[in-house]
Amino acid sequence: MINRYRWWELVLIYAGMALFLTFMLAPFVEAFMVSLRPLAEVFRIPYRFFAEGMSFANYHQIWISQPMLGRWIINSFGIAVAVTALSMACSIPAAYAFARFKFKLRDGLLSVFLAVSMVGAAVLIIPLYKLMLALGLLNTYAAMIIPGAAFTVPTGIFLMRSYFMRIPAELEEAAYVDGASRLYTMRRVILPIAAPGMVVVAITTFITAYAQQFLFALTFNSKNHLNPLPVGLYQFFGHQEVRWNELMAASIVGVLPVLVLYVFLQRYIVAGLTAGAVKE
Amino acid sequence: MKRVDAFPYLLLIPALLLVGTIAAWPLVETFRLSFTDASMKQTQSYVGFENYAKFFQRDFWPILGRTLVWTSLSVSLKLVMGLLGAVLLNAAVPGRALFRILIMPPWVVPVAVGCFMWAWMYNGQFGMISGLGQRFELFSGPFEFLAYKQAAFIATVVTDVWIGTPLVSLYLLAAMQTIPKDLYEAAWTDGAGRFYRFRRVTLPLLMPSITTMALLSTIWTFNSFEIIWILTEGGPRGSTTTMIIDTYRTAISRFRYGEGAARAVMILICLMVLSAIYLALLNRLTRKGRTK
Repeated sequence: MINRYRWWELVLIYAGMALFLTFMLAPFVEAFMVSLRPLAEVFRIPYRFFAEGMSFANYHQIWISQPMLGRWIINSFGIAVAVTALSMACSIPAAYAFARFKFKLRDGLLSVFLAVSMVGAAVLIIPLYKLMLALGLLNTYAAMIIPGAAFTVPTGIFLMRSYFMRIPAELEEAAYVDGASRLYTMRRVILPIAAPGMVVVAITTFITAYAQQFLFALTFNSKNHLNPLPVGLYQFFGHQEVRWNELMAASIVGVLPVLVLYVFLQRYIVAGLTAGAVKE
Repeated sequence: MKRVDAFPYLLLIPALLLVGTIAAWPLVETFRLSFTDASMKQTQSYVGFENYAKFFQRDFWPILGRTLVWTSLSVSLKLVMGLLGAVLLNAAVPGRALFRILIMPPWVVPVAVGCFMWAWMYNGQFGMISGLGQRFELFSGPFEFLAYKQAAFIATVVTDVWIGTPLVSLYLLAAMQTIPKDLYEAAWTDGAGRFYRFRRVTLPLLMPSITTMALLSTIWTFNSFEIIWILTEGGPRGSTTTMIIDTYRTAISRFRYGEGAARAVMILICLMVLSAIYLALLNRLTRKGRTK
């Protein structure tokens, strides 16, 4: 019927998907292949996709030649978790206030958050650097966590606000009638109902925080044992003689946990990303 | 009901404190610094519009032009690819769920790691693209993508498109799925083919979402820092130096805070123009939605 495809339409669809995926996945496939090659095969002319002597040896070698690797991965996760927690702690109450209460400055403050969400962190890097210097936070985790969280708060507020607005106001009115305070109502009535939405926003924030931890670490941190994975690997990347096979093996090890997480949680992630796109 | 209700303000305190310190104050401070000669020295004095004058005399226009070309090229490619991806994601064929999982990794992995992978792809001596290009005799010899002005420019755009497309696809897919099914059925009953239905039902109803995404994507792309910094640091010979890269280099690599701040202010002005367009459009769209 309406959804039945003719054979050539199916061919077109699958050809399109194949082309699309080739572009999206080629760097991953090639990175994986390089991670299996011995160094002599990496620097070989002409280029060959299947090289001789491919093995997982590099996956063993990286822990020896980049002893900090494990630390960087843990740092990355720790920073992303802390960013998510701080960001959620700020954005949930704020989103609830914007969704439920009428107050004088509401529209004004909402526009302020909207405006902030449009300014990239790199633009404000000079005063941020001075601020971190003044607060004595340079070369600490806090210098990567606090700015990281601040720049995810506006998006968090907008997403959470749309979740709160979908919860019927009668629930709160019923609680007030029963004599519950507003804080109690928020904690015991609204937050439990909004929990699925909060999980979605938390996961989305985590992925964003994990993906974008380069700028602050590069600028505010010079202690190698505090570095997140991207900046840790970046040091090896800048050199003349890059050991590409090890860099790629380390990259793959570093992104594997978050990729696995993504595959399991992708339903929530998709929901979180698209909640903002569709306006009721 | 005259008394001011404090409760909503209390709820806003954490967010305001965090965002105020990290974003709002630096915003003001950037403006102030832009009129000073702040640098590594302990002292700084006000120099009026000198930083701006210097910027305009030297390289403002070429950098602005390059940024606009880079941004618009990248955004339009992201939109075209994103729309194509959304259409494919929306097709009711077996394997669709797998396709949805497999297009997202570029967005999931850290941007920096994606850039390392692309840097290897672009490697002229040993990289895949140059290697395959020579095999199929597209290039006569090794082609170092990041070493030539135009090739580096295109290469950074391609990587940016690679990272940005999955998100655009998902947004547009979500918007596509809100289009009522009866519209398609009505069109189908009238004998409209698949392509006709796409052009006359899907595309017009999707237009508000496409426009919104176009503007948001423009703002994000305009702010893009990591990709260019890792791949080329703005080179070769400045050919990928966008406004953000230029500001970072002036302020952080060369320690010229005052001059850097003036450059940052010019970025903020560009962003203000873009946001104004976005807000005006958003208002128009919601108003249209209400009257219907």
